[in-house]
Amino acid sequence: MSRLMRWETAVTALLVLVFAGGAGFSPDFANNDNLSFALDDLSEIALIALPMTLLVVCGQVDLSVASILGLCSALTGKLWDGGMAIEMIIPLVLVVGVVCGLVNGLLVTRLGLPSLAVTIGTLTLYRGLAYVTLGTGAISEFPTAYTDLATSSIPGTPIPYPVALFVLLAAVTGVVLHATGIGRSLFAIGAQEDAAYFAGIRVKRIKLILFAVSGLVAGFAGVVYTLRYGSARADNGIGLELAVIAAVLLGGVDFDGGKGTLGGVIAAVLLIGLLRNLLMLNDVSTEVQSIVTGLLLIISVLTPRLIAVAREARGRRRGARPAVPAAAP
Amino acid sequence: MTIRLRAPRRLVAAATAGALALSLAACGGTTKDSASGSGDAKAGGKASADPNAPLKKGLKLAFLPKQVNNPYETIVDNAGIAAAKEFGGEAKEVGPSDASASSQVSYINTLIQQRHDAILIAANDENAVCGPLKQAMSKNIKIVAYDSDTNPACRDVFINQASSEEIGRSEVKLLAEQIGSEGEIAILSATANATNQNTWIKFMQDELKKPEYSKMKLVKVAYGDDDDQKSFQQTQGLLQAYPNLKGIISPTTVGIAAAARYISGSKYKGKVALTGLGTPDQMRKFVKDGTVKGFELWDPKNLGYLAAFAAAALSSGQITGAQGEKFKAGKLGERSIGANGEVILGPPTVFDAKNIDQYHF
Repeated sequence: MSRLMRWETAVTALLVLVFAGGAGFSPDFANNDNLSFALDDLSEIALIALPMTLLVVCGQVDLSVASILGLCSALTGKLWDGGMAIEMIIPLVLVVGVVCGLVNGLLVTRLGLPSLAVTIGTLTLYRGLAYVTLGTGAISEFPTAYTDLATSSIPGTPIPYPVALFVLLAAVTGVVLHATGIGRSLFAIGAQEDAAYFAGIRVKRIKLILFAVSGLVAGFAGVVYTLRYGSARADNGIGLELAVIAAVLLGGVDFDGGKGTLGGVIAAVLLIGLLRNLLMLNDVSTEVQSIVTGLLLIISVLTPRLIAVAREARGRRRGARPAVPAAAP
Repeated sequence: MTIRLRAPRRLVAAATAGALALSLAACGGTTKDSASGSGDAKAGGKASADPNAPLKKGLKLAFLPKQVNNPYETIVDNAGIAAAKEFGGEAKEVGPSDASASSQVSYINTLIQQRHDAILIAANDENAVCGPLKQAMSKNIKIVAYDSDTNPACRDVFINQASSEEIGRSEVKLLAEQIGSEGEIAILSATANATNQNTWIKFMQDELKKPEYSKMKLVKVAYGDDDDQKSFQQTQGLLQAYPNLKGIISPTTVGIAAAARYISGSKYKGKVALTGLGTPDQMRKFVKDGTVKGFELWDPKNLGYLAAFAAAALSSGQITGAQGEKFKAGKLGERSIGANGEVILGPPTVFDAKNIDQYHF
């Protein structure tokens, strides 16, 4: 596919369209308060989408992220209730996130199990641990200095602090994926794992690190979630993994691995979030909102395939060889 | 292609260093005890009430239920929407399709942006909605909690369907009459964090301590999450786990209907008593087929009606939410605000085979 026709370009164009349309038709949309809220509301999905992009590019998936978020939220509440300082709780909870990620990674790399199956299992396991930690209650009354930090914006801008942090991490992830040898090896593993292995790429090591990073970020998102809502609960973030994977797919990352860009994923996260915000401002019901998101997803998976089929058909008519699949960027 | 793995190692090292630095910073950090002083001051200044102020015309109200498409909440909200027409205002219902803690938050933001005069909310989690509600209050939007309260710092008044104490105690009395005050009983609640459910359960437990209930034993509180299927399965689970169970109290309209459906189709029909809070339309056939002898509820239409009038009185400056203030609530007459900003609708009505055909909601 030519650069202009790339799916992520289409997603970005759609994002610009939604933004411009929203600003034009809805006076309540493009103001500082609303944008800052809409962005803040995306914090956890956006954060977790970063490592998830790397995983999916490498042909893996982590479905346990929302449960790690819940476990870390429950743990944050439990430790806070026990009188521990927030500054101490955060690193501890992050370590737990890493350990959760390492368990996923070890099961995938050492036992050679498919990540889909492993993380469906740990999805239930970690959520169960979250309930064991905190039961079905909620812990609240976190220090206002921290809850404010999770919801307020950098003065003078609509950018909430968690989103500023996301921008930093996104920059690092973008460089790793698109400008380093590690990034190239991720694409190589996703495209042809055996070939990558014989080319000298330490496939298992890379996968293990990716799962650990995914756990770390999910744990961090758990802290952000807890402080943002001022409520630590074992059921926090239930179902969030699907929102993250939806964004990664809509962003044009091939679920079979080997193809995709981080820019596309970020555009998709923003597109889903702002579209939802705009629909809500126009009193569109929750049901219709999910229909719109669902259709967008199906189109995003279907379009590249249709283009490929159409191109192949054209190639056959001309009697030429089938088109060579686009190389990984 | 040569692959170097130095960069990730460096990253790991940096992360470890960062974590260490953070833990060092923990000495002299923020703990629960040191932060407990920062109490929640009520957002926005308290203007003085003018009980004779006329109700404003054209007020914009929004009902934010725990979740949309819940039959009970629909009745409450529709009655509130109809009430708004009585005083020349307009009202609508918006809300999430799932009853999770955080799902109401984006809706509050939307209602702030749309500049409503008042938001009426049945909170899924008393604290998760607090931040955005305070923001709304600082923009002079009045907040009325109904059905399930928020943290009192985040709303102006709470419309309580009945005194929580009265509901909790009367549920136990109702079940005791049906099982002869003897045997094992269980509670099938909604979500574990629903403020109203937990308050009622607390009063049920307290009522059970009285000597006349010494032969009744509460063996389990189960949670059906206000999900029909889950409540159905929880009922099944309760009856299997406790073969001597004599009665179930389900203080939620979703739970009691699911439980009745399970019991009516099982061998427990007629052997295990079921009571709780339900709507007459949902429960009619179970009362008629003998599965349920009696259950209770306040009139949900009056709850929505009263909430709408309270929101109008707040927005018009008749009341501010302080204890002792009074306002006129249309056909329900004058109501006054009690302790903690609570307005109580009234005692619940018991529905049984004799009177159920007089009620249609």
